[in-house]
Amino acid sequence: MKFIHYIERVSGVSMYGLTSLLLFATIFGVMLWYAVRADKCVIEEIRQMPLDDDNLPQ
Amino acid sequence: MQADKFYYDNRIVKWFAYAVLFWAIVGMLAGLWAAIALYYPAINLGLPPTTFGRMRPVHTNAVIFAFVGNGIFMGVYYSLQRLCKARMFSDTLGKIHFWGWQLIILTGAITLWAGKTSGKEYAELEWPIDIAIAVVWIIFGINLFGTLVRRRERHIYVAIWFYIATWVTVAMLHIVNSVELPVTMWKSYSWYAGVQDALVQWWYGHNAVAFFLTTPYLGLMYYFLPKAANRPIYSYRLSIIHFWALIFIYIWAGPHHLLYTALPDWAQSLGVVFSIMLIAPSWGGMLNGLFTLRGAWDKVREEPVLKFLVVAITCYGMATFEGPMLSLKNVNAISHFTDWTIAHVHIGALGWNGFLTFGILYWLIPRMWNTPLYSRKLAGTHFWIGTIGIVLYAVPLYWAGFTQSMMWKSFSDEGQLKFQFLETVTHILPMYIARSIGGALYLTGALIMVYNLRKTIAKGNFIANEAAEAPALVAAPAPASRQYWHRWIERRPMQMLVFSLIVVALGGLIELIPTFLVKSNIPTISSVKPYTPLELQGRDIYVREGCYLCHSQMVRPFRDEVARYGEYSKAGEFVYDHPFQWGSKRTGPDLARIGGKYPDSWHYNHMLDPTSMSPGSIMPSYVWLFDHELDTAVTYKKIRAMQALGVPYPDGYAGQANKDLVEQERAIKASLKGDKISTGQNKEIVALIAYLQRIGKDIKAAPREQTAGAQDGRAVLGN
Repeated sequence: MKFIHYIERVSGVSMYGLTSLLLFATIFGVMLWYAVRADKCVIEEIRQMPLDDDNLPQ
Repeated sequence: MQADKFYYDNRIVKWFAYAVLFWAIVGMLAGLWAAIALYYPAINLGLPPTTFGRMRPVHTNAVIFAFVGNGIFMGVYYSLQRLCKARMFSDTLGKIHFWGWQLIILTGAITLWAGKTSGKEYAELEWPIDIAIAVVWIIFGINLFGTLVRRRERHIYVAIWFYIATWVTVAMLHIVNSVELPVTMWKSYSWYAGVQDALVQWWYGHNAVAFFLTTPYLGLMYYFLPKAANRPIYSYRLSIIHFWALIFIYIWAGPHHLLYTALPDWAQSLGVVFSIMLIAPSWGGMLNGLFTLRGAWDKVREEPVLKFLVVAITCYGMATFEGPMLSLKNVNAISHFTDWTIAHVHIGALGWNGFLTFGILYWLIPRMWNTPLYSRKLAGTHFWIGTIGIVLYAVPLYWAGFTQSMMWKSFSDEGQLKFQFLETVTHILPMYIARSIGGALYLTGALIMVYNLRKTIAKGNFIANEAAEAPALVAAPAPASRQYWHRWIERRPMQMLVFSLIVVALGGLIELIPTFLVKSNIPTISSVKPYTPLELQGRDIYVREGCYLCHSQMVRPFRDEVARYGEYSKAGEFVYDHPFQWGSKRTGPDLARIGGKYPDSWHYNHMLDPTSMSPGSIMPSYVWLFDHELDTAVTYKKIRAMQALGVPYPDGYAGQANKDLVEQERAIKASLKGDKISTGQNKEIVALIAYLQRIGKDIKAAPREQTAGAQDGRAVLGN
């Protein structure tokens, strides 16, 4: 009655683990690539956004 | 270019801020009450609503959904308008959102006190409230996305990504976990049973922490920290990686709440791997927050707002380091079911959520009322009382958790368990007292804040509509050759919504599908039968009184647990459990093998006065079960509902269920009579005894090969 034996009967069960790892690696890789290569001016512009909205006297 | 003139809506922010202050005090008071009940059970005054089993869900719901929930909305409604350079999409939707949410909280508190609960942690609210939550959440979503569509700012700042991910994921989690079959107006059964229910519940439960207590607050951090420190976030690139890695990894980590349980091994391993990976984005976010203050630490010494934010971010770092550690199986074997978990979550709740909210309130209210804070000194006092409160709360509980676990696992030289369960409880009571002092200090700090902000409000002038101007957003220029797809997505809220949903839904689906799709995933045990009508009624009383908040029903395959409770739990034992009742904390002993362990009279006396059977017990007395009549009018509906969920009662059984119920009741009353106890007709206590005497017994009737641990290759683990 070991649980894992039943799971092994699911056809292609290893797919679930593999998919998860692949998905993660892909998304993470793409994000990293984008984050590193993104345009410096745009990044700086967005970075300043919270400080760019003051209307009230401080 | 002509600039548009418009006004930010501060009134909705003010309402949510008032709600935060109000529910903070209510939620903390309920928590303090529950904490005291653990060493002084008589604090319930003999009333059902004030027992630990009902106060605890009131506390958790009030803190999570009322205090933090309103905190999210307060921060989002303030920051979103400014980051979009636009007023909220609709003032009316904002009002409906606000009052709808408060009504949900109020109804939630009343029903929980009344014992109306679906019995799933952090999702206790019954089906009509679940529907109301979904409706109000959608209204919030329309307002959120409507504002984004009308924005005057081309880019969407990272804080808003966190808000979008929060909205979409909470919607998904809430809907999937709340699928339940209504029986009456305030009673429903979870659609899922046993292992599946547990997996869905902790997929939800863990991600409620992730997407209700973490991602929206990270969004707030990315907005309010730069504001308060008056400098941009340390690294915007890091925040991009932080966001995507966090939402993607978090969604997988749920099964770490079910290590060593009857959950499939592969799902447990998946949960562990992703939990460990979570350290990276979490610490990336924490460092991004702390590095923002580089060169500004002199300001932190002066400014109470920054003090609160720094401790909040530090606590975030501590909790997100500890979380992955707790999900390691060898650490979890010690920590699970103990106060260690409670200490861990309170570093998050008191430190991260609490202090971040306080910091934002101290920053926000003087600005919206256009006046300096009434007293910076009082804010400093609040900071120190609160910080000492957190330490005094957490340290004793870490100690208690570790000590108790070690005591559970101690064997004498003769190979006998060294301590009775009760001894391990009475041993840590001083730690419980210290914890409640820590909690009381934290509450005192919050009261000081309420006073301070009240005074600030009194001397200021509220700016309901704050004037602003910004040029209208014109169509984006033709894409340049180096136009990255991410820039395309980060400018478009709807694409962002869809992409976030895909990312989180994929994680959820891959995790859940195998357990659902294949029947053989839950090995059935032929001797496990549906509950009798009386037992089913008793089980509902067990759920109503929140017994699962102190008693687990899950014997893990450890030497000490098998020696203490009996054979370890199998997945097939829970196939008729709607909802599952595995629990997550053992303030009392596990009950998975309680059936048949004691005579009926023991349970009768124990529920009437727990100390009569277990001297020193901290369980409250459940006197009302001896007076309340069992509602047999709903037996028919309950059996029908169970049949609809696939529980194999014979056709037409619902009609004769009450006959069987009366018969079983008569048998239990006869057995009680044998011990010189006479009880009235149709009392709730008899149904509860029937259920308790059934738990974990079916498996004992099974042939050896179906249940024996040795033959399935899964040996009982040593400590």
